[in-house]
Amino acid sequence: MWNIYLRAKEISGCGISGIIHRKGELIPGEMIIKSICCQYERGNGLGAGFAAYGIYPEFKDFYALHVMGQCRESLERVEEFLHKRTYVSFQEPIPTRRVKTIKNPPLFKRYFVRPKFEGEIVEAEDGQSEDDFMVNLVMEINEKISGAYVISSGKNMGVFKGVGFPDEIAEFFRIDEYQAYIWTAHNRFPTNTPGWWGGAHPFTLLDWSIVHNGEISSYGTNKRYLELFGYKCTLLTDTEVVAYILDLLIRRHGLPLELACKVMAPPFWIEIDEMDEEDRELYTALRMVYGGAVLNGPFAILFAYNGGLVGLNDRVKLRPLVVANKGDLYVMGSEEAAIRTILPDPERVWAPKAGEPVIVEMEEATIPNQKSYLKVRPKEEREDALRIGSYPLSLFTSK
Amino acid sequence: MPLELEVTPFHYSQVNKIIREHISKGEREFVLRGVNGHRYLFAGVSAEVSAVIYGTPGLDLGAFMRGPVIRVFGSVQDGAGNTMDHGKIIVHGMAGDVIGYAMRGGKIHIFGDVGYRVGIHMKAYMDKVPVIIIGGKAGDFLGEYMAGGIIILLGMNTIYPERPIAGLFLGTGMHGGAIYIRGKVRENQLGLGLKPYALDSDDEKLLESYLKEYCDDFGLDISEILKEDFIKIIPYTHRPYGKLYAY
Repeated sequence: MWNIYLRAKEISGCGISGIIHRKGELIPGEMIIKSICCQYERGNGLGAGFAAYGIYPEFKDFYALHVMGQCRESLERVEEFLHKRTYVSFQEPIPTRRVKTIKNPPLFKRYFVRPKFEGEIVEAEDGQSEDDFMVNLVMEINEKISGAYVISSGKNMGVFKGVGFPDEIAEFFRIDEYQAYIWTAHNRFPTNTPGWWGGAHPFTLLDWSIVHNGEISSYGTNKRYLELFGYKCTLLTDTEVVAYILDLLIRRHGLPLELACKVMAPPFWIEIDEMDEEDRELYTALRMVYGGAVLNGPFAILFAYNGGLVGLNDRVKLRPLVVANKGDLYVMGSEEAAIRTILPDPERVWAPKAGEPVIVEMEEATIPNQKSYLKVRPKEEREDALRIGSYPLSLFTSK
Repeated sequence: MPLELEVTPFHYSQVNKIIREHISKGEREFVLRGVNGHRYLFAGVSAEVSAVIYGTPGLDLGAFMRGPVIRVFGSVQDGAGNTMDHGKIIVHGMAGDVIGYAMRGGKIHIFGDVGYRVGIHMKAYMDKVPVIIIGGKAGDFLGEYMAGGIIILLGMNTIYPERPIAGLFLGTGMHGGAIYIRGKVRENQLGLGLKPYALDSDDEKLLESYLKEYCDDFGLDISEILKEDFIKIIPYTHRPYGKLYAY
């Protein structure tokens, strides 16, 4: 059994990279490997990982579950559970290579599933409840099946992560054999907790994936807040909460992406005081209603979903983040060098302001099951969201 | 003849080893090409050498150095000039966060914009006065906890037309040294205990001599820079935080 019970939050000085092509062109795995390996010294061999979007086009309408198991038996328990609760269309071991420096890796399998509602498949028009179903399923496996964790659960995407340097993990999971229209990668330097396979980044839920450099000091507050909404933090690393906060704020409560970022990295009160009345009311309400979702502490995060890549800093920029683009190709990273190693002649290179998200979404109707969270949701969805929690309508009317 | 190195295939520790070996053999001029993310270049070097770097050097360029003059055709990353004692870094691009951290001597001239916390913990010692000149704009916490030295912020060569010349918390915790800004800042950007002042003739003389050197480095016209008025930001009492417990 993994002995993970006594672990507290992590403090880290990690490296992150992300790439997106706005027109959905496939980017070879070598590119993200090169970018994250350029930041080799930002990690210490105790964790690395990759998230790839667009890698399972043949199963694009199925939830792709990447499951990590400590042993054969724990995976069998997961399989038994999945066969009871879902339709499993296809399953296979995740292809890996032997890597000398990676000793005793866990077992990895992927399952392509659809939810089973009392024996009936609910059709796609009720997408929301399928997503809710999958969230509950993932939480249940992670909490109740010992020795097994779902490390990603979105459609047409997957996460590959473990203990090692990024080149080792890339070699192990054969990242060079994948092509994706969005990639994120992480090189971990845990300084407060031992690195373990589940604690490596990216962290995911549905198609949300997140890589993080920094430390979420508010982990305890965020965890308790999320528990009120049924999220269970089982991976014992601070970054996990960000994935669930994104799911709660954006998918369930329907906040536009930019406002959700402002919840996590709110403007200072001195900035709010200077806003015009409408904005002042909005940001005051956000801080009051979503106090439990504020991320405190240093962070630079990249998060992705089917259709977009977002970079965000804490509001005093205690961790670095650089962004560049050339045409429709956008690259984000902890260091400019990590960008230039794959994009030597960018059109524009810039350092985003603290607390201001850099949102790069793909052009409309580029990929299957594409999502966009830029706009305010339609009225019905807003009313749905309002039933979940109670917060002022003005949240949705501004901008 | 300068020593020319193509460093792309090498790890930074190898590059630094080669540089140090050649310095100990008496080499005084270096040209480094293909630099990308190589950390700690010229860190701790105590010698009057000069270097031209093409590319993007990694973190802590010239940290703790005493003497080298480094010209970078590209941008520098976080921590350039960290605790440097003597020498100069000339940057033809932009610069990242915490540039000149705890610097106590030497100069850093940057053509473009800089990130957050530039000049944090800068200090002066005896006849040593560190100077950072920024051609573009600066992020929050410029000159935080500054105890000595000079920061000059021009706000001219910027890629961020939408941003103010300096961010919030300007000079927070500052109790020595001076920040000169070409233009104006809002009162609420300043850290507690600080005030903007108009320049006196001594300030003007000082500023002109530093800016002249800056302009020589980049081939700029000083009269263009001096067209606009500067302000000087310093603590307004000798002991600005005597009664301050916390923000």
